Amino acid sequence: MSAAGHISSLGPAEAELDGPPDPEGQKRGWSGYLLLLPGALWLLLFFVVPTVTLVATSLYDPSGSLQLGYQMTGHWQNYVDALRDYGPQFVRSLIYALIATIACIVLGFPLAYAIAFKAGRWKNLMLVAVIAPFFTSFLVRTLSWQYILGDNEALVSVLRALHVLGPEGYLLATPFAVVTGLTYNFLPFMVLPLYASLEKIDPRLIEAGTDLYASPFTTFRTVTLPLAMPGLVAGTLLTFIPAAGDYINSELLGNPRTRMIGNEIQDLFGAGDYPTAAALSVTLMAAIVVLVFVYVRRAGTEELV
Amino acid sequence: MGTDLQLTSVTKRFGTFTAVDDLDLTIPEGSFFALLGPSGCGKTTTLRMVAGLEEPTTGTIMLGEQDITRLKPYRRPVNTVFQSYALFPHLTIADNVAFGLKRQRRKDVASTVQEMLALVELEHLAKRRPAQLSGGQQQRVALARALINQPQVLLLDEPLGALDLKLRRQMQLELKSIQTEVGLTFVHVTHDQEEAMTMADTVAVMNEGRIEQLGSPEELYEAPATTFVANFLGQSNLVSGSVATTRGDALELDVQGARILAHAAHARVTSGEVWAGVRPEKVYLSGAGDDDGADVNTLGDGVVSDVSFVGVSTQYLVRMPWGQELTVFEQNTGARERFRPGDKVDLHWRPEHTFLLDASQDASAGAEVEDA
Repeated sequence: MSAAGHISSLGPAEAELDGPPDPEGQKRGWSGYLLLLPGALWLLLFFVVPTVTLVATSLYDPSGSLQLGYQMTGHWQNYVDALRDYGPQFVRSLIYALIATIACIVLGFPLAYAIAFKAGRWKNLMLVAVIAPFFTSFLVRTLSWQYILGDNEALVSVLRALHVLGPEGYLLATPFAVVTGLTYNFLPFMVLPLYASLEKIDPRLIEAGTDLYASPFTTFRTVTLPLAMPGLVAGTLLTFIPAAGDYINSELLGNPRTRMIGNEIQDLFGAGDYPTAAALSVTLMAAIVVLVFVYVRRAGTEELV
Repeated sequence: MGTDLQLTSVTKRFGTFTAVDDLDLTIPEGSFFALLGPSGCGKTTTLRMVAGLEEPTTGTIMLGEQDITRLKPYRRPVNTVFQSYALFPHLTIADNVAFGLKRQRRKDVASTVQEMLALVELEHLAKRRPAQLSGGQQQRVALARALINQPQVLLLDEPLGALDLKLRRQMQLELKSIQTEVGLTFVHVTHDQEEAMTMADTVAVMNEGRIEQLGSPEELYEAPATTFVANFLGQSNLVSGSVATTRGDALELDVQGARILAHAAHARVTSGEVWAGVRPEKVYLSGAGDDDGADVNTLGDGVVSDVSFVGVSTQYLVRMPWGQELTVFEQNTGARERFRPGDKVDLHWRPEHTFLLDASQDASAGAEVEDA
């Protein structure tokens, strides 16, 4: 195959344009770095500086106060105390976020799939419907779930009548309500990246799968799902990370025993205990970074076929 | 025969549009069969119905004794080489080729993949991803991915359409030799008449959901059945005339006042008004009035209106007294004089090269879709 060699660099469209190499590469020089500058400054000011401040705060002597000022004493004991006092809330946050993320995948994948492949001329309308809730404030949307799940509202009455709930059963102020709120609030962050990934899949690849003896389920597992992985990973991160740090849903839909780490951090800041609050924040951040790292590594290398 | 592919009165409608119209077709086992036609003629839809990717509105598709009309695509012993290949971008070349075997839970997948990659000369690229390969290499991966399953029928949907001309010519010969080697039934969809004629032993010319004519490339070329085939497959000069007398196999026509002979074997109509056709390369020119004998057909008093030199041949346009322009290709043997625009010429051809078509058909059908 001698001819295959010399055409190897040619795509079908540019078969005749085999000119000299593009000189663009050498001309860029400083302009690239200049364009990076605003973003870099932004990150320095609003990410690096706050993070350093946060870590520093977490090591202050906790006996200080906002009025008297804090002493920087490298007080690592803050972390031990925070984990001792707030361990359950910590674990609960991660579990709630995990359940909500899984619920988002279960609900969001079929939705994204339907929008990408089955919606036809309804595609844009369905996308708008996914985004539309953002036109209302996060707080108002979560508050409205108090009504949906309320003891005297239609949903609870119907579930009682169907004996899904007992005669005294309720939904509001339960872990279920908190996870429902998290799932509802973060669902669009799962659907949109999934849709973007699925929409890019050439339908002929799915046809090729079925042509090569793969049943619809096997085609999904071996072709559609691997190609949707970038969207699934992005969606999982966009859902799990904010859900783990959220406190609004627990505040408005939960009870004292559904408190998440975000609620504790908020209370500690409110009470002026900055070092403990900062220690909790840093721990949450570190935990999420580790989990995300492990997850992305696994999702990226896992043999799916 | 064992596993002939047989389509019986197959119709496919999309809404009000009829893509395939009451199609009857038998493709013998082991043949290289081409479905040739312009875009939108229903050839790809026909292929997809055989693959199981579309379901016929009515009609049946049989593979040997088995009715596969409503069989799911993944249960058919049929594989497809898709237009622009549809290789799985997330899998290596070896995994792409192994895909069908793994789904069938075959044994010795790795060694079979090795053999198949050797057949298409891509062993050294087994670990690459499709995006790292050239168009021609991707095409061969697509072929290997389908062939490895040893389907009873291999479907090829414009498999060479994305390649540049030179590579396309080379792949045509390669595909043909692979087909001879493996002996499977190949059904090849294309709009390129040269590709169809080079590779296939049987060509079906499709137009508007129907088959216009089916036969060997020679039959289709020498004795087209319709004006569409005459124009779509190569070029034709079609001159209106009428049958004057019939003597056994010999027909005598009156064409614009001239006496033209034709053979019944190449005549779709044997009486009344006809289109008398002749291929441009069958015609040769002489200076006006130079008699070339009584046993050739002659149309006289033409004027050369255009001359194009194309290396191997010279293409003339000759304006006839009744206003029509006829095309003549002359081989550049150097033995014959070359004419210039304005020269007065006569056109000659042998009677067996005349073909007669139904005068009610559109003389320009199929002509405007000629691929560049």
